[in-house]
Amino acid sequence: MTRRTTAERASEREMVVTRSFNAPPRIVWEAWTRPELLQRWWAPKSIGISFVSCEADVRTGGGYRFVFSHPASEQPAAFFGRYLEVIPPSRLVWTNDEGDGEGSVTTVTFEARGAETLVTVRDLYPSKAALDEAIATETMASYDETFEQLDELFVTMG
Amino acid sequence: MVQFSQLHLDASFAALSDATRRGVLEQLGRADASITELADKFHMTLTGMKKHVGVLELAGLVATQKVGRVRTCRLGPRPLAEATAWIEAYRQLWDARFDALDQVVEDLKREGDHR
Repeated sequence: MTRRTTAERASEREMVVTRSFNAPPRIVWEAWTRPELLQRWWAPKSIGISFVSCEADVRTGGGYRFVFSHPASEQPAAFFGRYLEVIPPSRLVWTNDEGDGEGSVTTVTFEARGAETLVTVRDLYPSKAALDEAIATETMASYDETFEQLDELFVTMG
Repeated sequence: MVQFSQLHLDASFAALSDATRRGVLEQLGRADASITELADKFHMTLTGMKKHVGVLELAGLVATQKVGRVRTCRLGPRPLAEATAWIEAYRQLWDARFDALDQVVEDLKREGDHR
């Protein structure tokens, strides 16, 4: 059976992702909260980035720091924050502090559904503007690509 | 090469070929603005900015709405389509992650069986 991942902008400042897994919550929780296991799935090969290091002190008030390398950039990128709530095996909340301003807060819930677990990831931004900006930044990045293609075309036409 | 050219030789080609117009798009990506505000920001006359906004509007990159005396500009239908594309890219990232997580979960279940 193919499992379906859903994603939507659930409100002006919130992104929500869901997926179910064929295992009880304690197993999914374990895969999510043990750094050596987290490292195996958080940066899948298909997205082109890989872990340089993965530190996670998964307890309330504890911190995490993920460092990734990407072929398009010489500098590794660090993502970090702290855990606000750690309630095994049902709820995990952390901050995302790597950006310039106030970052989003991510809440993951693990709910038993029969023999399965429904995982819901909520990314709550401090304001509508902050989520709009996250989207616009990506949108402008794709404009940049368009501009590069246009520049190439000018050269070809010139 | 012919196809590639045809793909781009439309209105948005002309719209995006100008540095000011690219700046306007970037600005509107952050916040809506009136033509007067944009003219100030880019040190241009109102008439000059109206022309640029007109070109962007024709290309569907900017939408404008007149309320009273003020014409407000925002990103047009195309960037909206890109916002949808962003959500799909976001979904695909999580989908790829979750496929990999599925593997880890299966491994943990097998280990559990052997304990």
